[in-house]
Amino acid sequence: MIYFEKLTKIYPDETVALKDVSLSINKGEFVSIVGHSGAGKTTLLRMLLAEDRPTSGKVSVESVDVHRLHKNQIHKYRRKFGTVFQDFKLLPTKTAYENIAFAMEVAGRLDEEISRDVPDALELVGLSNKAWRFPRELSGGEKQRIAIARALVNQPEVIIADEPTGNLDPINTMEVVEILKKINQLGTTVILTTHNRGVTDSVKKRVVTMESGKIARDDKDGKYAL
Amino acid sequence: MITIKLRRVTRTGFINFWRNGTVTIASLLILMVTLFTVGSLVLSGAVLSSLLGQIKDRVDINVYFKTNAPMSDIQALQKALTARPEVKQVTYTSAEEALTQFKARHQDNDLIIGSLSEIDENPLGAILNIRAKDPSQYESISKFLSTDAVLAPGGGTIIDKVNYNQNKLAIDRLSKVIDMVQKIGLLITILFSILAIVVTVNTIRLAIYTAREEIGVMKLVGASNNYVRGPFVIQGVMNGVLAAVLVMIILYPLTVWVGSRTDNFFGGLNVSDYFLSNFVQLFLILLGTGVILSVISSFVAVGRYLKV
Repeated sequence: MIYFEKLTKIYPDETVALKDVSLSINKGEFVSIVGHSGAGKTTLLRMLLAEDRPTSGKVSVESVDVHRLHKNQIHKYRRKFGTVFQDFKLLPTKTAYENIAFAMEVAGRLDEEISRDVPDALELVGLSNKAWRFPRELSGGEKQRIAIARALVNQPEVIIADEPTGNLDPINTMEVVEILKKINQLGTTVILTTHNRGVTDSVKKRVVTMESGKIARDDKDGKYAL
Repeated sequence: MITIKLRRVTRTGFINFWRNGTVTIASLLILMVTLFTVGSLVLSGAVLSSLLGQIKDRVDINVYFKTNAPMSDIQALQKALTARPEVKQVTYTSAEEALTQFKARHQDNDLIIGSLSEIDENPLGAILNIRAKDPSQYESISKFLSTDAVLAPGGGTIIDKVNYNQNKLAIDRLSKVIDMVQKIGLLITILFSILAIVVTVNTIRLAIYTAREEIGVMKLVGASNNYVRGPFVIQGVMNGVLAAVLVMIILYPLTVWVGSRTDNFFGGLNVSDYFLSNFVQLFLILLGTGVILSVISSFVAVGRYLKV
């Protein structure tokens, strides 16, 4: 469903972030993208989310050319994805519950749906008892679980997790990975970037390895291979 | 759909207003300073124009007629003067009234009273008192009075003298001063308004700068530009309304105090009376300025962080 075709991104200072990258991801897959910092993982995801334009090449999702979308349509397009970031990106002025509810509000969901689905999402990540805490009152692992709950509450087709475990200790890392696996088992496509060997080893799914803007390896049931 | 969004945006605006305490207070205070400046400028403008009006009102010219001037000619002249656009008011004082007033003014002066009783007949002629709408217009009225139009049918003039010619210098200077005071007042108003607007816009921009990451996150979660803007605009409206109300509350006791201090000095206009009788207009001016200023600055400031 997601196709990157000969994607190249050269930044104005002539840094080559992506070089001729072609990759396709099927519905329901769990893909880990690994590589050193600067290998192009994040740039690839930014292209997918239409946060940045490629220098050349094409990204298409369900036969929609992402970079031909009008800017008024981009926010609707982004609702196909639930995103999780290394630095959580929760809204500091909203409680855990409101952070999750906000994602539903912007998607124009009804109040009944919100009051039904948000508790479910909180339960899935095991934080029902901290619904009314503000992000500053939560630990790093808890924040990331709230961020995951927010990402999946709209039942997106794809969950994008950009280094979700980068700021977490090993126990929280494993919890986050388990939650992502659970979401994938429920049928959602998951794209995960990481440079943590333990993460890919425990996922035991497809691993795409990137090196200086190119795809170096693509292993089914792969292990971290650098 | 629209109503759901509107309600959510409004609610978020209210919640953020309370939760972002310090930021809210900072922009509220700055907005209050701005509105206070605007309010004071409006009030002092009113005081100034009433003061200038009073001074202008004291300027007039008198036309003294010869004692033998026929009544019909004087009346004809009064009519002609009243018809002129620059004339505000023409008052007729008969020769008898002029004498009574003259006696009353000099009742303590035995010499004058004594010499008046020596003469049998009234040495004074009738008087027309002319007030122009603006002091600068006395020149043209005076010119009109020296034209042929006011000459008696017999040929000779019925006018003894016009006191404009003696007061010309004073009147000219006064109208120049009034003109200048008005220009300076306008200049100060414009200058202060610009300063106030610049400071407010920048404060609100800073307040929203602190929320730039939030704005980015909202966009990433899939919010449309207007959905992100909405709460900030609502906060802007609340800021404007609250600031206008608070400034009105502060202005009232202030005008009472200033009014009681300056009542004698300004004579006519009491600032607190003016404040009370123009309460609604003044409130609407402040409300409009406050809301428009903060809404526009919020709108523009958020726009800078929407390009994700």
